[in-house]
Amino acid sequence: MTNKIDKVIELDHVVIRFSGDSGDGMQLTGTLFSDTSALMGSGIATFPDYPAEIRAPQGTVGGVSGFQVHFGYDINTPGDYADVLVAMNPAALKANAKWTKLGGSIIIDRDAFTAKNLEKAGYKTQDPITEDNLGRFNIISAPISSMTQETLKETGMDNKTILRSKNMFALGMCYYLFNRELTFTEQFFEKKFKKVPAVIEANKMVLKAGFNYGYNVQELTPYKVAAAEIAHGTYRNINGNTATAWGLVAAAEKANLPLFCGSYPITPATDILHELSYLKNLGVKTFQAEDEIGGITSAIGASFAGSFAVTTTSGPGLALKSEAIGLAVITELPLVIVNVQRGGPSTGLPTKTEQSDLLQALYGRNGESPVAVIAASTPSNCFHYAFEASKIALEHMTPVILLTDGFLANGTQPWRIPDMDDYPTIHPPIAKEGTENYKPYQRNPENLVRSWAIPGTPGLEHRIGGLEKMDKTGTVSYVPENHQVMTDLREEKVARIVADIPDLEVIGNDEADLLVIGWGGTYGHLLTAVHDLQKEAKSISLAHFNYIKPLPANTRDVLKKFKKIVVAEINNGQFASYLRSVFPEFTYLQYNKVMGLPFTSIELVDNFNKILEEK
Amino acid sequence: MAAEVKLTFKDFKSDQEVRWCAGCGDHAILNSVQKAMAEMGVPKEKFAVIAGIGCSSRFPYYMNTYGFHTIHGRGAAIASGAKTANPDLSVWVVNGDGDGLAIGGNHFIHLNRRNINLNLLLFNNEIYGLTKGQYSPTTKEGTKTKTSPFGTIEHPFNPGELVLGAQGKYFARSIDVNMKLTQEILIDAHNHKGTSIVEILQNCVIFSDNVHGFYTDKENKLDRQLVLRHGEKMIFGTNNDKGLVLDGLKLKVVTIGENGVTDDDILVHDAHEESPFLHWMLINMKGPDFPVALGVIRSVEDTVYEEKLEAQIASVKASSPIKNMNDLLRSGSTWTV
Repeated sequence: MTNKIDKVIELDHVVIRFSGDSGDGMQLTGTLFSDTSALMGSGIATFPDYPAEIRAPQGTVGGVSGFQVHFGYDINTPGDYADVLVAMNPAALKANAKWTKLGGSIIIDRDAFTAKNLEKAGYKTQDPITEDNLGRFNIISAPISSMTQETLKETGMDNKTILRSKNMFALGMCYYLFNRELTFTEQFFEKKFKKVPAVIEANKMVLKAGFNYGYNVQELTPYKVAAAEIAHGTYRNINGNTATAWGLVAAAEKANLPLFCGSYPITPATDILHELSYLKNLGVKTFQAEDEIGGITSAIGASFAGSFAVTTTSGPGLALKSEAIGLAVITELPLVIVNVQRGGPSTGLPTKTEQSDLLQALYGRNGESPVAVIAASTPSNCFHYAFEASKIALEHMTPVILLTDGFLANGTQPWRIPDMDDYPTIHPPIAKEGTENYKPYQRNPENLVRSWAIPGTPGLEHRIGGLEKMDKTGTVSYVPENHQVMTDLREEKVARIVADIPDLEVIGNDEADLLVIGWGGTYGHLLTAVHDLQKEAKSISLAHFNYIKPLPANTRDVLKKFKKIVVAEINNGQFASYLRSVFPEFTYLQYNKVMGLPFTSIELVDNFNKILEEK
Repeated sequence: MAAEVKLTFKDFKSDQEVRWCAGCGDHAILNSVQKAMAEMGVPKEKFAVIAGIGCSSRFPYYMNTYGFHTIHGRGAAIASGAKTANPDLSVWVVNGDGDGLAIGGNHFIHLNRRNINLNLLLFNNEIYGLTKGQYSPTTKEGTKTKTSPFGTIEHPFNPGELVLGAQGKYFARSIDVNMKLTQEILIDAHNHKGTSIVEILQNCVIFSDNVHGFYTDKENKLDRQLVLRHGEKMIFGTNNDKGLVLDGLKLKVVTIGENGVTDDDILVHDAHEESPFLHWMLINMKGPDFPVALGVIRSVEDTVYEEKLEAQIASVKASSPIKNMNDLLRSGSTWTV
């Protein structure tokens, strides 16, 4: 593309938010923009924001679907506020103007701002700009619908079909604005609509028309966005749910065991089940059970029968599975339970993110029922932590709960593709045929792990079950002292996993005025905020946890070197409560938010600054 | 299962003391299962006996096979996972009527719908025994129990009817004390490919003693039990002179030799008939007008869940260029920096 660029705005990174009616194709528009940006060497992070209803009432704020892309240099989050907002109708403007940076640009489809649509969106006047004081922004009022119609009027397509391409006009404008190449998107059309050449051509025309419109009008000042410093390697875009599914499959391959997933559809976890169902080429067996309990219990049956078994769910489903998790605890069978957290309680906010289930994961069962708990912290590291959760489950014969969340699950990131040769082999303690005098609860003295005798192995017939078992022999036992022994053994077995997990890292100085503590999906926002403050020479560091139970061995040593500690979470303080119970000698400040939304780096910076200033 | 395996019922006895009440029907069923399994030609290590919670669910502890005593109601779901994961196993679920049809009712119907090749024994004593005497989903309406001191006001399930409603392909019924018939049915269930549901009318001596007494009564049992065998006439009675005929759309008990009824008029049992119509009527027969139907009432061949799954995996594997994780990681849209 050769452009006549008189002036440009240079930025390290830019946030663009596409928003429109849930039928306007905003998710696709955003995905195409982020794919092109990634292919052109930008760092990217994306986050979709869509309503729970498949087709919410058209034109209303409740039906607005959004997709945010953050691209450029040093990208850790999908960004807080948008530099550019695309609003395809009044409802999208109403819902998203507040997420636009002051002085940022808002592109609206002028043709959609009819009296009726304004009323549906909840505007009281015909002038939303004045009504909501939007003069603070650079409003670019473009006739997107009518220009799309004009572009395609010769094609003979009907009006409804034509208007379906208007998102490509908006995309074309953004491509002009950020100097993106059209080729990757054109290739996408060619592949996607292979069987309907007319549609390929129409989309290309509209995309180009949008690009040219941007070039021709005076209102648009193009941006020059810095390229990322990207390590050499082969990359792909991946979201958290796909990364999780792949991490599980990778672990099965490294353990040389078949993967079985027993699961039940639930937002926002279902995509993991979709992906695993698709991976029959790698021998994955998926069992879509009749309910959440059937999901986990079929997995427990598969684990008993010698497969690497997993179940996937979200908060309400984890609640339904809790009795069965206890069965896996007492029978000491390997099992990974993936919980993609969402806003709660009850049905809560199914499509919104929240760090809702930490305490449920740790304690939500009857009896003393320890399980390992691990949390992923970026969309792409869901792969790594799913692999780690699996390795721990299989090598330590224990259920492991892997916590991700709606933000990680649906967010995407470019991911440097790993080589499986760099991943360790997983060694489950499978009892061999010919084992003399096999006892199901005989333990490896080092890590207290029992061995796994798989049905079908001659000579190792034995019984396990939910009743308390006699130490070593595994027969049913009601002996009081034995229950104490077994309870202590189960707890100690999980505690000894600590030998296999890495130390907690401190980002920044090991000693400082303030330690920010986070866990799981808030990593990107916390990192951005702490980096920003470190650039201002503030005495602040970050310790972000992926291993929750057991905690890394050096946790106490890390914490004791800071004057103040603040635990920031998207809940009312669950990790803070847990840390207080494990290390009561420290004082924990809290920063909490429960709005179904990720943190913004800006609010974090403000809050940490306040803490630093307080004497 | 090529190798000939010689086993006796003693091979299936575990070293655990059997703790059911003296006189409990479970003792006889345990013996029947151990004897039948010895006859199946399956190596002992291939058996997995899986149970939920309840008196009957202690069963795995008394079997010297792989066993899993799970949680209330979930035996069928856990067994579904075990068999799907490892189709080489001979999987047996032991359920009571509360475990299998109340808390586990959902798993029970979906197991039938999927037709996973495993066997489920439903011990039906029409009561919750382990929790000491509450009415169950099979308790007859009006029965006084600890939770229905004035008589139950609920309609009971007939387990066989539930099997048919869930598109089940196999249903058989026996009585705990009839060990010979139970063994015969268990071997037939083992040989049947698909989900085999075997209801065993079981006596709880403590909380529902004699609940099946009308049918098991020594004096009259031959007049009150009809043992069905595929291809044989539906004839019963002390004198072997009673039989079933169709009267319009209903079954009717007739006496051979009376009113011109001959042998030829009597219905012949067809367990393989796909239509559940006649099976449904047989399952629902009850005294005093009808005998209880025992034996293999329904046994229809159909495709089996785990075989279809294995076939799908094999076919996708054969046509996919992605053979391992490294292939998958590099598939689709990637770029190199």
